[in-house]
Amino acid sequence: MGARKVNVLSELSVGQSAVLVALDLPETVQNHLMHMGFVPDAEVTAVRRAPAGDPTVYSIDGLEIALRHETAEAIRIRPVSTSSTLPEATQNMELAEVAR
Amino acid sequence: MSSCCAPPAFEPPAGPQAPGKFRTVALIGPPNSGKSTLFNRLTGLRQKVANYPGVTVEQRMGVMAGVGRNDLTLIDLPGIYSLTPYSEDARVAVEVLAGTMHGTPKPDAVLLVLDSQHLTRQLMLAAPILATGLPTLVLLNMTDLMEQRGGKVDSLQLARELSAPVAQISAVHGTGLNAINLFLNQPGNGTGSHPSLTLPVIGNAASAHTWAAQVSRRTGYRAPLSVEGTQKIDSVLLHRIWGPLLFLAVVIGVFEVVFSIGQPLSDGFGDILARMGDLARPLLPTGWMQSLVLDGIWKGISSVLVFLPQILLLFLFIGILEDSGYLARAALIADRVMRTIGLNGKAFIPLLSAYACAVPAIMATRTIENKRDRLATILVTPFMTCSARLPVYLLLIAAFIPNTVYLHGVIGLRTIVMLGLYVAGFVAAFTTARILKSSILKSSETPFILELPQYRMPTLQSLALRVIDRGRIFMKNAGTVIVGVTMALWVLAHLPVIHTATGAIAAPELASSVIGRLGHFIEPVIAPLGFNWKIGIGLLSSVLAREVMVSTMGTLYGTDPSTQALSLQTALHHDMTLGGALALMIFFAFAMQCTSTMAVVKRETNSWKWPIVQFIYMLVLAYGAAFVVNHVTMALLG
Repeated sequence: MGARKVNVLSELSVGQSAVLVALDLPETVQNHLMHMGFVPDAEVTAVRRAPAGDPTVYSIDGLEIALRHETAEAIRIRPVSTSSTLPEATQNMELAEVAR
Repeated sequence: MSSCCAPPAFEPPAGPQAPGKFRTVALIGPPNSGKSTLFNRLTGLRQKVANYPGVTVEQRMGVMAGVGRNDLTLIDLPGIYSLTPYSEDARVAVEVLAGTMHGTPKPDAVLLVLDSQHLTRQLMLAAPILATGLPTLVLLNMTDLMEQRGGKVDSLQLARELSAPVAQISAVHGTGLNAINLFLNQPGNGTGSHPSLTLPVIGNAASAHTWAAQVSRRTGYRAPLSVEGTQKIDSVLLHRIWGPLLFLAVVIGVFEVVFSIGQPLSDGFGDILARMGDLARPLLPTGWMQSLVLDGIWKGISSVLVFLPQILLLFLFIGILEDSGYLARAALIADRVMRTIGLNGKAFIPLLSAYACAVPAIMATRTIENKRDRLATILVTPFMTCSARLPVYLLLIAAFIPNTVYLHGVIGLRTIVMLGLYVAGFVAAFTTARILKSSILKSSETPFILELPQYRMPTLQSLALRVIDRGRIFMKNAGTVIVGVTMALWVLAHLPVIHTATGAIAAPELASSVIGRLGHFIEPVIAPLGFNWKIGIGLLSSVLAREVMVSTMGTLYGTDPSTQALSLQTALHHDMTLGGALALMIFFAFAMQCTSTMAVVKRETNSWKWPIVQFIYMLVLAYGAAFVVNHVTMALLG
């Protein structure tokens, strides 16, 4: 395990996994990415970089999606191990929030 | 090819409809979930199916013959992730579903196709679809693949959760399709309102995902293990060094094969066609009839048909690239280069498929989210070397370029010239895009988001169907446009009739015929390019479609007694020097001689402005480049 603190998706090294926290992107882009599986609490793995070093292929929800560095930079992540929230509770909260 | 790619006219089934039955059913689902495969199975139509997201870019309608209801119209729609459209193709799907798409009836039932290998994510689309209130049958596609790899789902429980019928199918193998039959023939089953259904807030991705995750958990969904195969292949095909090298090797290999295998095939085919003409000669009465049919029409058609083997080979290779899933990787590799011209890797896919034909390529630009990026791609796509240029290139190369080989037979001079022409088109496309994107079409960057599908083995059946379809289109073109043009040419080449010294009626010398005079009229304009009046006639006729150039030359030489006995390649030496031949090739590389492309650009941009600008720009560039090439070659050869 690397000691370096990784905060955004673009910093994730190939082969490493992390948990998605939030997407700081324009709403349409954010919405599109979320429909492709980039939702909070989803586990994401950096699979490989394109031959030119960018974009990077990420694996999420069994799917491989390529993103450029500047897009991945706007996606906040946290390490897999420090998962503290109960997914069920969070989701119910979110639903309640949305329903309001 | 010209007019090759116009969508087939569709007549909705006529006749009385049983009341209460569905008339129009829409196939909807996320990209790459197998809708088109299912559509083909249900209708017997052969919609193009390739292995990358976004193949279907417009709605397609067909009569459902496959499940025994031929009074029913099925609409295949572009893949969508949600009802908030992100790109032009998704907008088409949403509009058809809402009934606001002009010329397409509003569907009264929906077949929702979901890839069961990624069910949780795919279920996100179920919420907005069910919320439309349309009777919906949920089809879990590729369940066989999912189960083989350890996945499972309780489809009965899922049906209860969604308050809609659910069926497990395999569109590829055609299993489970009787559920569709049952659903369509027994309306009332699973239709109407969904009383027990609590749907998430529509349009909110987070809430849709939470809902989908809960539904999939309650239905005992277990995602299959991911396959290692794709990862292993990608570690080579997307390798830092091997990736780009293999990409180049593939492209060069395709052309090498088109020459080394395709050329002898084409030569053999040409011999057969010539022999057929000779066999028919005694059967026809001598005189104008024989001349029109054999020297006019048959020479014209066969001079184009000869290239059929090589064009089919090219389509076979492009088919393999598309079906296997490699195109998406090509887009990924190309992204870095594309960004230097202000576009992204997605614009590369239409450019690559334009090697076959610009018309479907321009339609494929609908997957590009940014409007200005899309317009720039549309405007440069006709520079890519389409298969209609191939007959012209192949003819001129075979006639003027010696068959020298280098590197112990690895690469030939003819292949190098051919690659050079492809590169010229590519460079013109890139430079133009660069200019457009840094001036009139400047825009802020839209993020590049690309889904990489799993690799699939292209099936022999799908490849064969593609090649047969292409062959049919090519033949049909030869049978319509080319027959028409060659007949008109033959007539114009024989008018006005003259009276010989003996008083008999005869055709004029080609040069003094109507077409000859027309050619002479434009000769001053094209003479600086190294073209004489005969080539001028060919250029005029090729505005319809590029390959018509070849048939025109075939007809002209066939009609002229001085060149009648010669092969087309030899006859061309009467009218052109090497400089003129190279200039003609570069002219074809850059000029926009295709009415079908102009029509599709007009349709996709909603105005005549862009096709006209494009035509003039490409013509000016073609003229300038041909002028330079002709003069440089003349100077070099002394």
